Amino acid sequence: MNEVFRYLLMIVVMLFTLTTIAAWLIWLERRMLALWQDRYGPNRAGPFGLLIVAADTIKLFFKEDWIPPFAEKTIFVIAPAIVAAAVLLSFVVVPFAPGILVADLNIGLLFFLAMSSLGVYSIVLGGWASNNKYSLLGALRGASQMISYEVFMGLSLMGVVMLSGSFRLTDIVMAQKDHWFVVTQPVGFILFLIAGIAETHRLPFDIPEAESELVAGFHSEYSGMKFGMFFIGEYLGITLVSAMVVTIFFGGWLGPFLPPLVWFALKTFVFIVLFILLRASLPRPRYDQLMEYGWKIILPVALLNLLITGAFALLKG
Amino acid sequence: MISLLRTMWLTFLHMFRKRETIQYPEEKVVLHPRWRGRIVLTRDPDMGERCVGCYLCAAACPVDCISLQATEDENGRRYPEFFRINFSRCIFCGYCEEACPTYAIQLIPDFEMGEYDRQNLVYEKEDLLINSEGKYPGYNYYKVAGLAAGVKGKGEGENEEPPVDVRSLLP
Repeated sequence: MNEVFRYLLMIVVMLFTLTTIAAWLIWLERRMLALWQDRYGPNRAGPFGLLIVAADTIKLFFKEDWIPPFAEKTIFVIAPAIVAAAVLLSFVVVPFAPGILVADLNIGLLFFLAMSSLGVYSIVLGGWASNNKYSLLGALRGASQMISYEVFMGLSLMGVVMLSGSFRLTDIVMAQKDHWFVVTQPVGFILFLIAGIAETHRLPFDIPEAESELVAGFHSEYSGMKFGMFFIGEYLGITLVSAMVVTIFFGGWLGPFLPPLVWFALKTFVFIVLFILLRASLPRPRYDQLMEYGWKIILPVALLNLLITGAFALLKG
Repeated sequence: MISLLRTMWLTFLHMFRKRETIQYPEEKVVLHPRWRGRIVLTRDPDMGERCVGCYLCAAACPVDCISLQATEDENGRRYPEFFRINFSRCIFCGYCEEACPTYAIQLIPDFEMGEYDRQNLVYEKEDLLINSEGKYPGYNYYKVAGLAAGVKGKGEGENEEPPVDVRSLLP
């Protein structure tokens, strides 16, 4: 009974913290983007403009939640919930600190990969249910991008799995006691980062919603809190991928002096800021360039990395 | 790849640059002297109205936001009976200023004229008239006009010769 209560408490606390973090990320992103564009960003509502999040949320709640008459109603309503749910489910396996995680699955990494691929359903279903040609094009792009980048997202992680000998994320973190996996698996890290950006549809790879070509892509027809769900899902995705990069390649909670949770938060924050920096600086590649890049360059490199890591693992015995 | 990293680094360095933003309500924008903002009616150096009610500004206005009615005082000096500018229509193009033959109507560097009630954007003559000569100090139309309108007698203006009796045959 006590154990069940502890888990429930953990889940509620995590849900609350994660959604709050995702909400503040909107503020963080706007401030950071502004910094890199020689502006101030939102700085009026509350101290440092922090209350812009509250203002945004209130605005979203009071907007008309419109479902277009030509849309497939049920799927249209379900789609935005899927993205947030899938990302939140992936957080189940993220080890924030020793003891602070919901489920220490022995296939944690596979669970993460599976859940993060589920997120594409929200894009495909949302785009299709909108019954709008731009939405459909966005959904199409989202699906093909996800398929091609999902392939080497898994492959780039296999090197780490070989070295640590486990799919369990806590084991992977503990295997980095001597040195982080970014030292032994630098190629894997870069590939996973690229795949992670593609996975969250962040700016260099925001092909599914490319606003200069497709209005807003798969969420063109969404308004009000349904759009808010997509928004929250995207920021949760950034947090998730940053957390996973930290867990798998940067030693998770490991670090001297500071408590484990602080180390984890600090490292994750650095990667979140890196994500925003990517958005601030890089242009969006063309759709076919993205595919070519994924299949012709990154996939062979990922396989090569796997091969060499495997050879080393065998040599070491 | 290198160019991507370089781009990111250069973008990152922008963090330490000076901000371009002017924090408006606290910090004011420095406007140029010829900035086209609020429209005013100026006065001549003797504090008489410069406007002679010629309707050229109303004719030049592309959005028809100026309306006026000319009238004359007992000396034959023309002035507008009413002069009304609807600033909810005005596009601040400055054509009225260009059309004005007496430098009466002028656009000044001021844009802070927001109102909560649209009707308040309709400015009447007493709102438009200012006690200043605006951008052209010292100019008085009736001093250089060949017309006696209570400012100076006929033929007494600057660069003006005394009137000739056209019925006389003397050279």
